Amino acid sequence: MHMSDGLLNAPTSLLFVAVAVAGVGVALAKARGDLDDRTAPMAGLVAAFVFAAQMLNFPVLPGVSGHLLGGALAAILVGPWVGALCVTIVLVVQSLFFADGGVTALGANVTNMALVGTAVGYLTAVALRRLATRNKGGLAAVAFVSALVNTVLASFGFVLEYAIGGQGGVAFGTVAAAVLGVHVLIGIGEGLITAATVTAVAAARPDLVYLLRGVPQKLELRA
Amino acid sequence: MKRFFLGFAVVSLLLAGAVSYFADPNPDGLDHVTEQHGIAEHARDHPLAGWPLADYAVAGDDRFTGLAGILGVVLTLAVAGGLFRLLRKRPDGRTAGNTAGSTDVKTDLG
Repeated sequence: MHMSDGLLNAPTSLLFVAVAVAGVGVALAKARGDLDDRTAPMAGLVAAFVFAAQMLNFPVLPGVSGHLLGGALAAILVGPWVGALCVTIVLVVQSLFFADGGVTALGANVTNMALVGTAVGYLTAVALRRLATRNKGGLAAVAFVSALVNTVLASFGFVLEYAIGGQGGVAFGTVAAAVLGVHVLIGIGEGLITAATVTAVAAARPDLVYLLRGVPQKLELRA
Repeated sequence: MKRFFLGFAVVSLLLAGAVSYFADPNPDGLDHVTEQHGIAEHARDHPLAGWPLADYAVAGDDRFTGLAGILGVVLTLAVAGGLFRLLRKRPDGRTAGNTAGSTDVKTDLG
């Protein structure tokens, strides 16, 4: 879901560079409270995992693929602030080392995938936390739904940015229907990958799942 | 703890280094929509489009996608691991470098 340069006009690209810088700045300040000797290496590994998983495009329609965005996954495992930083780092590495996603578009891409996706994914997971802490199936369901919401709303970020200053003059409704429609399908894939990953981590190391912090380890999540 | 972190790293390396060869080469949802509606015509080439690692290849040869993927995972781990290590709370600032956790990070950054 990486925008190339040129799809948005220059003022809109700049506006979202500012939004991204502000959002990442807040995340940097807040992340400190969630990082210690145990969670810092975990967070680095989550970023590396999101990079790897984003390479794995899966088919969603004939001729159309999708890939994990990772915001909900990262937020459930390492919290929203650190999670937003994980996805931001992935997007920066992809753009500056692999020419994947534009450079002037980096602000919009970070806004959509690292900020919006992570925030709504985390808020969804927190709203459903009671279900997530019940058992493994509950955790999988919450991870799935959070990731689906993350994908769809991150794609809606593009729709809004395009409405503000997109090139080509395609009508809002047309872009919204096309983008949201395909991202519901991609979100199902995102949900399955997120549920599988989160439950695997919870089975091995429930103490490293941010969403389960403070839950007594009576949970029989261990395999 | 170390075993789990090592396992997690190995999974990421395998996904990027091997499973990536089976990724669907079709455009993703956003690229598909922008191509269908003529929006993509406005896209400019990436300033690094000619750079050897562009599009997860090595010098344009996508037989080396796995190698590009492994480089990406290591680079992401180094940047993220380094940043998070700098940001982390240290229960004992002066001697944080001697704790087991810090040793883990150093190993990860290899």
